This record gives sequence, C-alpha cells and structure tokens, in this order.
Amino acid sequence: MADEPTAAVTAPADTAATAAQAPPAAAELPANEGFEPEIIVFACHYCAYAAADLAGSMRLQYPSNIRMIKLPCTGKLEVIHLLRALEAGADGVYAAGCLEGECHYLKGNLWAKKRVGYVKKLLEEIGVDPGRVEMYNMSSAMGPQFAETARDFTARIRGLGPNPVRPRAGFTAHEVVLKQMGDLAMPDDSASDTPSGS
Amino acid sequence: MITAERKPFDEIYAMTEGHDKVLVAGCDTCVAVCLTGGEKEAEILAAELRIKAKEDGRDVQIEHTAAIRQCEWEYLDAIAAKVEEYPAVLSMACGIGIQSMAEKFAPKLVLPAVNTNMLGMPQEHAVWLERCGACGECVIGDTAGICPVVRCSKSLMNGPCGGSHDGKCEVTTPEKGDIDCAWALIWDRLKAQGREELMLVNRPPKNWSKSSSGGPRKMVREEAKPV
Amino acid sequence: MSATQYKAGSNLEKILSEGKFAVTGECGPPKSADGTVIEEKAKILKGFVDAVNITDNQTAVVRVCSMASGLQAQQNGLEAIMQMTCRDRNRLAMQADILGASILGIKNILCLTGDHMSFGNHPEAKGVHDLDAINLIKMYKDMRDEKKFQCGDDMDVAPALYIGCAENPFGDPFEFRALRLKKKVEAGADFMQTQCIFNIPKFKKWMEEVRAIGLHKEIKILAGLTPLKGVGAAKYMKNFVPGMDVPQEIVDRMASVEKGPPAQAEGKKLAVEMIKEIAEIEGVAGVHLMAVEWEVAVPEIVEMAGLLPRPAVA
Repeated sequence: MADEPTAAVTAPADTAATAAQAPPAAAELPANEGFEPEIIVFACHYCAYAAADLAGSMRLQYPSNIRMIKLPCTGKLEVIHLLRALEAGADGVYAAGCLEGECHYLKGNLWAKKRVGYVKKLLEEIGVDPGRVEMYNMSSAMGPQFAETARDFTARIRGLGPNPVRPRAGFTAHEVVLKQMGDLAMPDDSASDTPSGS
Repeated sequence: MITAERKPFDEIYAMTEGHDKVLVAGCDTCVAVCLTGGEKEAEILAAELRIKAKEDGRDVQIEHTAAIRQCEWEYLDAIAAKVEEYPAVLSMACGIGIQSMAEKFAPKLVLPAVNTNMLGMPQEHAVWLERCGACGECVIGDTAGICPVVRCSKSLMNGPCGGSHDGKCEVTTPEKGDIDCAWALIWDRLKAQGREELMLVNRPPKNWSKSSSGGPRKMVREEAKPV
Repeated sequence: MSATQYKAGSNLEKILSEGKFAVTGECGPPKSADGTVIEEKAKILKGFVDAVNITDNQTAVVRVCSMASGLQAQQNGLEAIMQMTCRDRNRLAMQADILGASILGIKNILCLTGDHMSFGNHPEAKGVHDLDAINLIKMYKDMRDEKKFQCGDDMDVAPALYIGCAENPFGDPFEFRALRLKKKVEAGADFMQTQCIFNIPKFKKWMEEVRAIGLHKEIKILAGLTPLKGVGAAKYMKNFVPGMDVPQEIVDRMASVEKGPPAQAEGKKLAVEMIKEIAEIEGVAGVHLMAVEWEVAVPEIVEMAGLLPRPAVA
C-alpha cells in the first residue's frame, strides 16, 4: 500500500530542492506533538497517483499519514465523499488532480476544485477549519511535488490538530472511506504504488 | 419549476436542538432539479448536522431519506416507515412538500430546511430566474410573453417606470446584480412582433383577487374526479 | 373664466389655465414628528412659488405623511401638491386618502409609482403596487369626473382634484417616453412635472417628440430643475441617483469654482440660465424647482430668473 512504507524512504541528494524543505513542520508545532494525522487523498490515476509512484521510485520521503484512494478522475469526487471522509474520522482530505487544462476528461479537475471550495464553505458553517480540505494539481511527472504536497498538507493538519469528530485513537478512516466509495474507487496497483516494489 | 434555497446552517441546526433523532427528508422532484433538496443534498445536510452535533458532544441520531415527490400522498407512503421512526423531520422539499409531510404525518414535528423562493426557470446551468408569480390571471399574451407581474419590480401594468435605464431596472442589489427591465424587454419584443400598439393601451388595474390576495386558492376539476 | 369651469380651482390650475408661466417648489417632510419643518420651509417659499410638492416617503424613507404636511403647508399660506405613490397604499387607501385630503382643502395631487423599497430605510417592507401610476390617475379622474369609486360604486360628493403626474424624459426606452406621457394624458392627467433636467439638449429632443403627438396642448408640462449646491451634488446626481442624466460639462462647470459660497452662487446662476433656456421651449408651461434641502436658494433663483412677482389669480 502506498501509505505504509514511504516514511522509511530517505530523499536522495539530487532532490535537494524538495529535501531542503524537510524536516516536516511538525517539529515547529509542539502543541500537537505525538499527533499522527490520518489524511485521505483522492488521487486521479492519470496524474497524482502516478506521481506518487514516481515519488516512490525516486525514493522521495513523504509522510506515511497520507492514504490514497484512486479515482479515474477527480471529477468523480462529490461533495458528500469529502464530508464522509471527515465524518469517518480523517483529519484532513485532499483531492489531487491533473494540472488545470490537462484533465483527461477536460474539466474533471475543475469540477473537483469547485466542489472542494464548496465543502470549505460547508465546513465553515459547521465550525470545522476549512483548511482540512484542499485541492491540488500535478502531473504524473511531478513526483517531488507530490511528496512536497504530502509533507506540507500533513504539516498543516498536524498544526490544526485532530479532527474534532475523530472517533477514537487507533481508528483508521481509510478503510471506511474506501468502502463508501464502492465502485468509484479504482483498485490499488500495490506493486507499483509502493516504492520498495518498483 | 419550483425553486428553493437551503436555509442557513445555523438556523437549521438550531431546529434540531432538543431532539435525539432527526430525519432529513429530501424530495427528488423540483428541489432536486434546482440542486437544493434532493437526496444528494439531504445526505450532505445530514452529514453536516452529524459532524456539528458530534463536535458539540450531542448524542443525536441524524439520518436522511428522500421521497420521489413529497407533495403527493402516494410517494409519502413509500417513506412512511422510516419517517415514523423519527420524532422530528427536517424537510428539504418546497413549501408544498413540507406541508404535505406535516399533514400526512401529523402531529409529527416537520420543520423546513429550505426557503421556497420562486417559480423559476434555469436560465443557464445553476442559475434560476423568476418567471411566474402564479397571480391567477395571466396577462403575458399582451406583453410579448414576458410577465410584468414578477419581472417588473413594481408589478406595473403600464410600464416602464422612470427607473428603466439601458434596459435595466432601477433596483439592483448585491445579491441580484443587474435586473433586466421587464417593460424594456416587452417593448423590444412587441416591436419585433409588430405589435407595439399594445404598449399604448392603458391597461386597467389588475384583479388581484385571483392571486393570493384573494385568500387561499382552490382548484377542482369535477370531470376528473374519480367515479 | 369663472371659477366653476375649473376642475379643482387651485392656484396652480388657475395660473396654468391662464397660460402664465408656473413655478412650483418641493418640500420634503421631516423624518420625525417635528411640526416646525414644513412651517419653516413654507415661510421661505411663500410668495416665490405657486404651489409646493409635498413628497410621499420620498426615496422610500419614512417621513411625515404628505397629507398632514400638505395641510400644514396650506395652513402656512403655501398651496400643496400632495404626492401619492403606489408603493405604500392599495386602492382602498389611495381613495380614502384622497377623499380625506380633499375635505382638508388639498386640491393638487401628483400620482407616482414611487421609488422601490430597496432604496429606502425599510428595504424589508412589502411593496403594495396594487395599482400603477396610470391606474391611479384614471382612478382619481373617475372619482372627480364620474363620481365613481374604482370598483364602479357611486359617491355623493366628488373630490375636486387637479391631477398631476411625473415623467422621466431621460428614462429608457427613450422612444417610448413621450408615448408613456400620452398614456398618462389619456388616463386623465392635467399637469406633469419632469424628473430633474440637466441635459437640456436631450430634454429638447423629448419635447419635440411630445409636440409631434400634440401632447403639449393636452397637458401642462413643468420642467423639473434642481439647483446644484456644489460639485459634490453634481457628481452624486450623476453617479448615484437612478434616472438622472447629468452631462460632464455641468460637473466640470461646478468643479471650476471654489467650494462654499462661490459654488452656491454658480449653482444658482446655472439654474437661472437653465430656466431661461427651458422657458423658451415650446410647450413648457412652467418650472418645478426641486432644491433638495436647499429651499433658501429658491427665492433668489426665481427672482434672478425674472419670475417675480408671482401672478395673483382670483
């Protein structure tokens, strides 16, 4: 699984640009020390999911807090999916779609952006920090950026602290969300999405 | 179609206070088409309410359902079993649907989660404009198919008033932006139809007794009643 | 002409009927139960205008009602033109009020649609708009001439009314504006006051259209003018008042003089020039001076325009 072994991977010297931004911001936020957020990433299989693979192949470090759900396009992502992930206990959720203008289905990533924006509005209404959801864009060639995004978002969520409705310690939302997504989620290609396997 | 907008979340949430079981009931007809109160939106609202209640440490069970049409008894039968389980229902249907629920399941508490706002048409995707005021006596045959009752801010029978400029109404609000002057539209279309002489006719005061001013309205079609 | 031939026999009606150039003013009632405001304004204007418009919740802001204020103006020697908007009253109230006003001696009535509620201080109010201004004119004409209520019922004593209306020569569609005045004439309007004129060429063009259909012979047209106190007022009118057409030259002219007394003097001078130019236009029967919260300027302007003394009519 993409979300398990990556934490052990160290950044090679040639990715100095991204490696320079480590160590993760968690160290700056002692208040939430010891808090390991669970973050659900809805990743488009054309771009972000492949970028995660690349990050793995490049042995780039990104936090194991990231747990991926693969979609054929972020345009499949609906408002309720993001809310369900938070309700299930995820501390943060983000959609990672193709660069704007490069969606395989033309505008799927733009729809996702609007829906993420709407969810932020809903979260404000219910008193949950809208920063717990986000939209990112990247291409399949952007392995370092994938890792950087994962680190940045994890640091952000670490700073926000646990999801106020997180059910209990040790609970993971990923499985619940994956199940809720049903056929919308594509099967994991575990061989390729773990850096050790490539 | 009938359009509605969801009420502000805080107002809805306040309605759930004091209840330990609340059902959010969507309606899959008009309010679903205007993306406000269909099953999808009912599920979103239920999720929002659950998260907020959990944050507040309230122990409340909130679920959702949807009827094909809340304004018809038959479709309410289909959700009756579920509705019966909940002492309070937040209906996301239009005002008609909410009242049908309240009547069908009386004396159960049925609360409105939306504000029904107009009889509108989707001008473009996700944009609705008011088109009919259900005034009970249609005049648009003489006004080029444009309703002066709801599309003129002052419901003029003999417009436009002096506040019409460059085809826009004097009324502008941040929410509504520019409003087309209905009488400027009427003038232009009557001219295109070669019927501008209709603008010169002094139309008498409107008979508002056919509208809601005449009291609640009722329509009966004797010939169509079951034998 | 004997008094019995007049529709209402008001001072304004007599002056206009005799073909004399009329001057009307405007008074906004106070936004409180202060009984001195209209008295003070009446003292300023008395003898300098033939009658004064008493506004009816102008710009949809609550003020003392136009009937009480109109009565107060008349008690202070200034004839009232009571404004009545369709925004705040239904046909019952508008008929009841005109009967009441008539009993109190108010003879001139100005029938208006009214600015929309959204402009005023009660934007959440329900707009009535039972009738429009044209329906209102016709209703009052039928009360006066046919002794009939709008529903068709008869009444014993008809109100004596001189019925006015307003029209905006700068509204759109421009080609329909003169035709809309024709509708008001057909409905029964006796006199008409225009929206504030700043763009005289456009007003002249509108008057050409009015004359082309002979309306200037059927209705007394009073040209509306607002003296400008300074460049700020000019800019405000240009940019924020709906239905206003203020040419840039006027803004520039007001900007060319110092603020305060020099600007006020320029504003008055401009108003006088405009009165003189407008008085020459065929079909203009008078001017309506809307010196909003600047009533003190009116006597001087009227004098400088050579319109004193105001004619005395029997």
